[in-house]
Amino acid sequence: MDKEKLQEIIDKYDTESGKLLGILEDIQRTEGYLPKDSLIYVSKHLNVPLSKLYSLATFYSFFNLQPVGKHIITVCMGTACHVKGAPHILETIEELLGISPGETTSNGKFMLTTSDKQFTVNTARCFGACSMAPVIRVDGKIYGYNTPKKVAEILKKYGWRGK
Amino acid sequence: MKIKTLQDLENVRKAGIKKLFPDKPRIAVGLATCGIAAGGQDVYEALETALKKKGVNAFLTKTGCFGICNEEPLVNIAMPGKPLVILHKVQKEDAESIAEKVAKGKLPEEKALCKIEEWDHITSEKPFFYGKGYENIPLWNEIPYFKPQKKVVLRDAGIINPEDIEEYIAVGGYSAVYKALTKMTPDEVVEEVKKSGLRGRGGAGFPTGLKWEFTKKEKSDVKYVICNADEGDPGAYMNRNEMESDPHMVIEGMIIGAYAIGASEGFIYVRAEYPLAIERLKLAIKQAKEYGLLGEHIFGTEFSFDIRIATGAGAFVCGEETALIASIEGKPGRPRPRPPFPAQKGLWEKPTNINNVETWCNIAPIIKKGGEWFSRIGIERNTGTKVFSLVGKVNKVGLVEVPLGTTINEIVCHIGGCGIKSKEIKAVQTGGPSGGCIPRNLFDTPIDYDHLKEVGSIMGSGGLVVMDEDTCMVDTAKYFLSFTVDESCGKCVPCREGLKRMYDILEKITDGRGTEEDLGILDELAHTIKATSLCGLGQTAPNPVITTIKYFKDEYMEHIKNKVCPARVCRALIDYFIVPDKCKGCTICAKNCPVGAIDGGPGLIHIIDQSKCIACGTCMDVCPFDAVVKLSGEKIDTPDKPIPVKKGR
Ligand SMILES: Cc1cc2nc3c(=O)[nH]c(=O)nc-3n(C[C@H](O)[C@H](O)[C@H](O)COP(=O)(O)O)c2cc1C
Ligand code: FES
Repeated sequence: MDKEKLQEIIDKYDTESGKLLGILEDIQRTEGYLPKDSLIYVSKHLNVPLSKLYSLATFYSFFNLQPVGKHIITVCMGTACHVKGAPHILETIEELLGISPGETTSNGKFMLTTSDKQFTVNTARCFGACSMAPVIRVDGKIYGYNTPKKVAEILKKYGWRGK
Repeated sequence: MKIKTLQDLENVRKAGIKKLFPDKPRIAVGLATCGIAAGGQDVYEALETALKKKGVNAFLTKTGCFGICNEEPLVNIAMPGKPLVILHKVQKEDAESIAEKVAKGKLPEEKALCKIEEWDHITSEKPFFYGKGYENIPLWNEIPYFKPQKKVVLRDAGIINPEDIEEYIAVGGYSAVYKALTKMTPDEVVEEVKKSGLRGRGGAGFPTGLKWEFTKKEKSDVKYVICNADEGDPGAYMNRNEMESDPHMVIEGMIIGAYAIGASEGFIYVRAEYPLAIERLKLAIKQAKEYGLLGEHIFGTEFSFDIRIATGAGAFVCGEETALIASIEGKPGRPRPRPPFPAQKGLWEKPTNINNVETWCNIAPIIKKGGEWFSRIGIERNTGTKVFSLVGKVNKVGLVEVPLGTTINEIVCHIGGCGIKSKEIKAVQTGGPSGGCIPRNLFDTPIDYDHLKEVGSIMGSGGLVVMDEDTCMVDTAKYFLSFTVDESCGKCVPCREGLKRMYDILEKITDGRGTEEDLGILDELAHTIKATSLCGLGQTAPNPVITTIKYFKDEYMEHIKNKVCPARVCRALIDYFIVPDKCKGCTICAKNCPVGAIDGGPGLIHIIDQSKCIACGTCMDVCPFDAVVKLSGEKIDTPDKPIPVKKGR
């Protein structure tokens, strides 16, 4: 991430309350993850130890430390989605994209990326769209009432070309 | 314009009324997160194009969510002097015909769900009268879904434009702030809230007025108020909707609270999964500042107050007040022991009053109409209404607002219309990961803080997840524990280690390896964790297990003794079979099986090799002839090897 943009993010926060998390969230939103260089920059400029930023990045599930694929698919694992078959939806997506379940990143978060770096799959606990369970989110857009069949159609919209 | 006097407020109110009741048709599309996901944005754009193309003189705008999620996208139309009509399941393809009808002064009646002749925004001087007419369209409160409901918190949701402060002021918005700041002392405000009997809507139900009094009593140069919008219960989404559909009501409540306790700064802590709520709140704060309702010398008084947004980053435990405060301070959100309570030492060690979104939403009506008025809604010790998110295996899903003390049966069966596809409803889960499962035979339990506690659950934030015969209660208990194991912050041992052990035992049971002793160990662990954990997360996390064992012990026993999952959910205990009489030899299942467990060929009866099958259910999903069945503890006869499908079928 370039220095100017980073500085701009840092400058947006003028009080301590909500500042550190806010900055990290803004970086995560722009880059899809927290690049090491950016964390080092933030650490130097705010005079907070890098270890503190690392502890935040690993405590909160919103952050990733690894780069992600072009499209991010987030499967809701909330209660409403669970009882309406979310585990099956997640499995279908893993299978369609040919990524093996169970893999996690080094800090123990669930995140899978296809080998062509087109898709990253992760999970969340509730988008607040429970009435449309089971729900998935692709690049910020929410899709409800999913079935294995519908999921395949959605993936096609994002350039998936079938197994 | 800066509002300083009552006259200023009145002028803005008049401007807002012109937008709500323009002298031309007003068309508003429901655009909260759920409405947008259902296609509302597309409908809005299509309507915009169609109205322009046909040169129709109408006022197109957006609104929040009216709470009946099955029927989205919703569009409401008001012709001058006629009832407000709510259209349902509107698709972008309908835009042209809607525009055509509106141009002729007509309505697409075939799309109408209900009509509103009169609406009480609670905070306005008197109810708004739209008009009479459209004999064939039912009144909104005549249809079963809305009949038992009472909208106090959702008084504006789905009617006004949440992005326009003038419309909020038009329905009486900010007049409660005016009243509090210019006609009441802080003590009187606290007294009014105490009189109302309002209890915190974030879960524990602590009396709000009392909490305010504690923070008010503290002597300090700086005090804070916080709105808890972390809404961590997965399956609950009323706070999201309250913020998206009517953000100013949250702000108004906070201004009044801050005045009462003497705070000058406020924070709304919103979870990152709610981008639209964050956007609308930011806009609302900006507008409130422009109109002088936030900032220095509000209504020309000595009182100054400002609100900022802080965002969460995906940690359930941050909904706990001390963890939330740590999070705003830029630390990992780990709870600390109380006392000291936030009222004494909160954000940056200063006295802090923290309330849930919906608690704040109730404040303006209480100040406007009086605590006495509020206390008459609901039942004793449980006054007011509560918004519930009714979801899961129920016919009608959505946000339901009812007086406290309404029975589960009324909500699930009358409002929700019972189970989907005539499936038998088995239980309802309240209170999320801290709550419990309440069985069907207790559905006459009134939903309020005290009765729910009696049956072993809690109110929580208001999630009601309905479960039917296809939901396995052991799996449900395991699901909640997987959640709390993940979300435990790791600070105290009982929660970090104990929950993990409980999870392992539940996994053993769902895998078919459980023993009767396991139930005893689960019970002992559960009570130890409840008694010894540091914060509410650990203290309540065993509830889903305790209640499912209490009410659904036979299901546990089936798993343990007979290795059967009656709901046919637990993978290790179910088998898939292809019914020979139904198979047509189309090969689709074999092609889709991810592990090559299906033997067959064109025109042959297919067979699943049980030793290879991973019970993923793909064959069942793809079979065009419904020839695949899922069984637990049963078998059906299948040929040893693929044989030709009988001719003539
Ligand atoms: C693990 C845990 C999670 C919580 N999550 C929330 C939440 O998401 N929203 C909320 O308002 N309160 C939550 N609470 C309750 C808060 O600690 C606090 O009691 C509440 O915000 C007070 O507001 P009220 O008095 O208006 O209910 C949670 C508590 C615990 C122990
Ligand atoms: S449980 Fe999936 S959106 Fe709420």
